[in-house]
Amino acid sequence: MITRLSAAEIAREIAARKVSAVEVAQACLGRIASLDEGYGCFLKVDADQTLAQARAAQAKIDSGEAGPLAGVPVAVKDNLSTEGLETTCASKILKGYVPPYDATVVSRLKAGGMPILGKTNLDEFAMGTSTENSAFQVTRNPWDPTRSPGGSSGGSAAAVCAEMAPLGLGSDTGGSIRQPAALCGVVGFKPTYGRCSRYGLVAFASSLDQIGPLARTVEDAALLAEVVTGHDPRDSTSLPDSTIRSDGLKKSSLKGVRFALPKELFSDSNEPGVLEQVQAAIETLRREGAAFGEVSMPSIVYGVTTYYIIAPAEASSNLARFDGVRYGPRAEEGAEHVGVVERTRAEGFGHEVKARIMIGTYALSAGYYDAYYLRAQQVRSRMRREMDAVFQGCDAILSPTSPVVAFKIGELSKDPLALKLLDYCTIPANLGGNPGVSLNCGFSGGLPVGLQLVGPAMADERLLQIAYSVEQALPEAHRRPPVP
Amino acid sequence: MPSYLASIGMEVHAELDTRSKMFCRCPVAFGGEPNTRVCPVCLGLPGSLPVPNRAATEMVLRTALALNCTIATNSVFHRKNYFYPDLPKGYQVSQYGETNPIGYAGWIDIPKADGSIKRVRIRRVHLEEDTGKLMHLPAGGSGVDFNRSGVPLMEIVTDFPPDIESAEEAKEYLVQLRSTLLYLGVCDGKMEEGSLRCEPNISVRPEGSAEYGTKTELKNLNSFRSVQLGVRYEIERQIAALGRGERIRQETRGWHEGREESFPMRTKEEENDYRYFPDPDLVPMAFDEAMRERARTSLPELPLAKARRYAEQSGLSAQDCALLTADQAWAEFFEQAVALGAPPKPVCNWMNSDFAKRLNEDGIGWKASKITPAHLVDLVKLIESDAISGKTAKEVFAESFESGEMPSAVVLAKGLVQISDRDQIEAAVREAIEANPASVAKYKSGQTGVAGFFVGQVMRATGGQANPGLVQEAVKAALEKV
Ligand SMILES: [Zn+2]
Repeated sequence: MITRLSAAEIAREIAARKVSAVEVAQACLGRIASLDEGYGCFLKVDADQTLAQARAAQAKIDSGEAGPLAGVPVAVKDNLSTEGLETTCASKILKGYVPPYDATVVSRLKAGGMPILGKTNLDEFAMGTSTENSAFQVTRNPWDPTRSPGGSSGGSAAAVCAEMAPLGLGSDTGGSIRQPAALCGVVGFKPTYGRCSRYGLVAFASSLDQIGPLARTVEDAALLAEVVTGHDPRDSTSLPDSTIRSDGLKKSSLKGVRFALPKELFSDSNEPGVLEQVQAAIETLRREGAAFGEVSMPSIVYGVTTYYIIAPAEASSNLARFDGVRYGPRAEEGAEHVGVVERTRAEGFGHEVKARIMIGTYALSAGYYDAYYLRAQQVRSRMRREMDAVFQGCDAILSPTSPVVAFKIGELSKDPLALKLLDYCTIPANLGGNPGVSLNCGFSGGLPVGLQLVGPAMADERLLQIAYSVEQALPEAHRRPPVP
Repeated sequence: MPSYLASIGMEVHAELDTRSKMFCRCPVAFGGEPNTRVCPVCLGLPGSLPVPNRAATEMVLRTALALNCTIATNSVFHRKNYFYPDLPKGYQVSQYGETNPIGYAGWIDIPKADGSIKRVRIRRVHLEEDTGKLMHLPAGGSGVDFNRSGVPLMEIVTDFPPDIESAEEAKEYLVQLRSTLLYLGVCDGKMEEGSLRCEPNISVRPEGSAEYGTKTELKNLNSFRSVQLGVRYEIERQIAALGRGERIRQETRGWHEGREESFPMRTKEEENDYRYFPDPDLVPMAFDEAMRERARTSLPELPLAKARRYAEQSGLSAQDCALLTADQAWAEFFEQAVALGAPPKPVCNWMNSDFAKRLNEDGIGWKASKITPAHLVDLVKLIESDAISGKTAKEVFAESFESGEMPSAVVLAKGLVQISDRDQIEAAVREAIEANPASVAKYKSGQTGVAGFFVGQVMRATGGQANPGLVQEAVKAALEKV
């Protein structure tokens, strides 16, 4: 079955003319049609558009001008702007909004001949870690449909996991690619801040957001990263010469690779099963020649707090544009502007989004700015310095990705604080702008356990090479979920 | 009643004369169909991102240097958060802070009526983006035109306590500032189209009081005249109110052009909390010494400096120099004419009278007219050499203005050369005297006024081309001799 193959394998099959881009797209669309009702990965599928893109891709392939992943379709998180395809951020406030332009990553997919399978579910405006905060539907974990796939890129992660899509795009503000990758047992990669253009990514927290791939292998993640990364003159925070090259991946040993283990991330806040699996993985890697050293990064304990000031502050401003004046549903015509905006936002935003807008508004208010926002930025700088110091002595920081395995849907939704604490392993890479990758290292109670590797800024290629070697060494990295 | 002192702070917004908007590639223009110069960025569509226009940044840097400002080494864009339908992102990208604006702590000199110079301190020169425009729809309801949204806007604010103390100074400040911006080529200065907007804030206090009065802000001023009238009105209104024992409300007032009075627009009951914070979508602008030096050397000679130089070099009056330098192209014309060898004073007189009048009538600048500096030099030389009279010169100029012919060519073609040949003139005078014995007799009887009659006769006989000064002399001499 073609949908079971990795993206690299599908690309090879297409290049060898064993299968066409259209047949691959049809196979994925077929699987979505038969399976997604049970998983709720996709908010929007437009088969006509997908097939048209697949035909265009095949034409490119036939004329020999196609990219390395031409014909391989991608599931795209619904906070990425897609021309002519509804983009809602899983929020009622954008219901019916059809963008007139493509995000840079989407244009790059199209230019690379990669059809878009549809728009995947997320926590509203990417605010959450369970994909339960969608205004439209709940997404289920293919390993156990009563459990959450994690979030906020849960739709893309679950779609890749359930083999409805060989590849997915997500966005990661505090772990939103890596955490669902961990909970679904797939690979999630967040590039260095600035290597992937944010143009067309509906902003949550601009200084933290980064787009990245979800895939079933490290190689696939690297291949997709190469397509979507690279300098973009439309994003001022985009770095020069930022394309991530994937052609250097080699089956090399881990001899001499040095990993730092921050003791703050191995505390008993982690479930025992998670710690066990990560420790077992460490032993396996040690046998392969890797070196480990325990380090301390004291400011990590302030990571979640810092994050929950900076991210909502930026969000409160980024989400101000949703006023019903230019797009999206507008509350019943009222007497004056203020009333219309108030009602539109009251009806359009979900509870979590409103909570974060209020927290962020408070943190930026006159008289509180210094105590909250400015202070948080200072902690952020300090954390960066600590991480830089750690990278003087190691190639990557290794830790669990998530302190828990996939939790029951609804289990944590009444405890927003507990949900937020789930991010503490992933947040430092966002605050520091570092690349981070999560891959599956084992199972606890039949559910995947994610291993996270974080590298120095701009060392994305090196990090992916290390992740690739780790993946080769871990026998459980590619176990399939119980999906037909 | 005590006498009052006025204090006026000036906040000026200048739309920068760039080809494209501040953060996107949409063109900058005036008028046109609503929402035809828009894109995802200036409409604030979800996911769009700003990319700063470097030309705009350089314009503000040059202006800040011309206004003697300190230049920030690192200048950050901030978000100013508030809700308004003409503000597509829910925030305006602007610059906040004392030492963060591209330029701060500068000054500009303005000439005072008595010929002395006054220095007005500038607090900040910063870069921001313009908003869209609300409009009432013919079918009822209102709409927003985003053509103006994202147009680069430079804000120039005077320092506190204010240096400007009268309506005249306020106007003069604006005149100097506008012509500086025009010299720098950063703004077209069209107040009536809103590309230069001025919002003065005005307060009065009793003489001797150390405390400043409550200020009001004035909007809708779209000409120099309305700035002067508006500020004067507001000063008088406040003084009268205080005289009646009333308090001045802190408020924004509009200026009613037709009625020439201000009216309350909104009171500032609560300060808006704009929640300024550095825009995470934009990286700080860095101005190193090399960049500042490059900008500094690119600055033109500014109007006031030019006017001073003209006064020193050519002895023209301050008034003349101010007129010549108000516009850079105009000053250029003057300099070119003088360089071609014409004496400055008559060139200046012709420029500021007939030439300026004709250009005004046609509503054009000299470059769009058919008159070049060479034309005016030619004309002045014809007058200086007595080849034509001043009266003829006006005709010749009018002809040249229409046709573009050189004045000397016009004179030749029309046979307008002035007769300055004494023999020829004296002969004509003799003829007139011989033909009018009765008038000669009147002269002899003491009615010397008839000399004018003889001058007229001679002028008529020579078709108006005789040099009138010489004719007068000759008539007088001849009558004495008879
Ligand atoms: Zn635009």
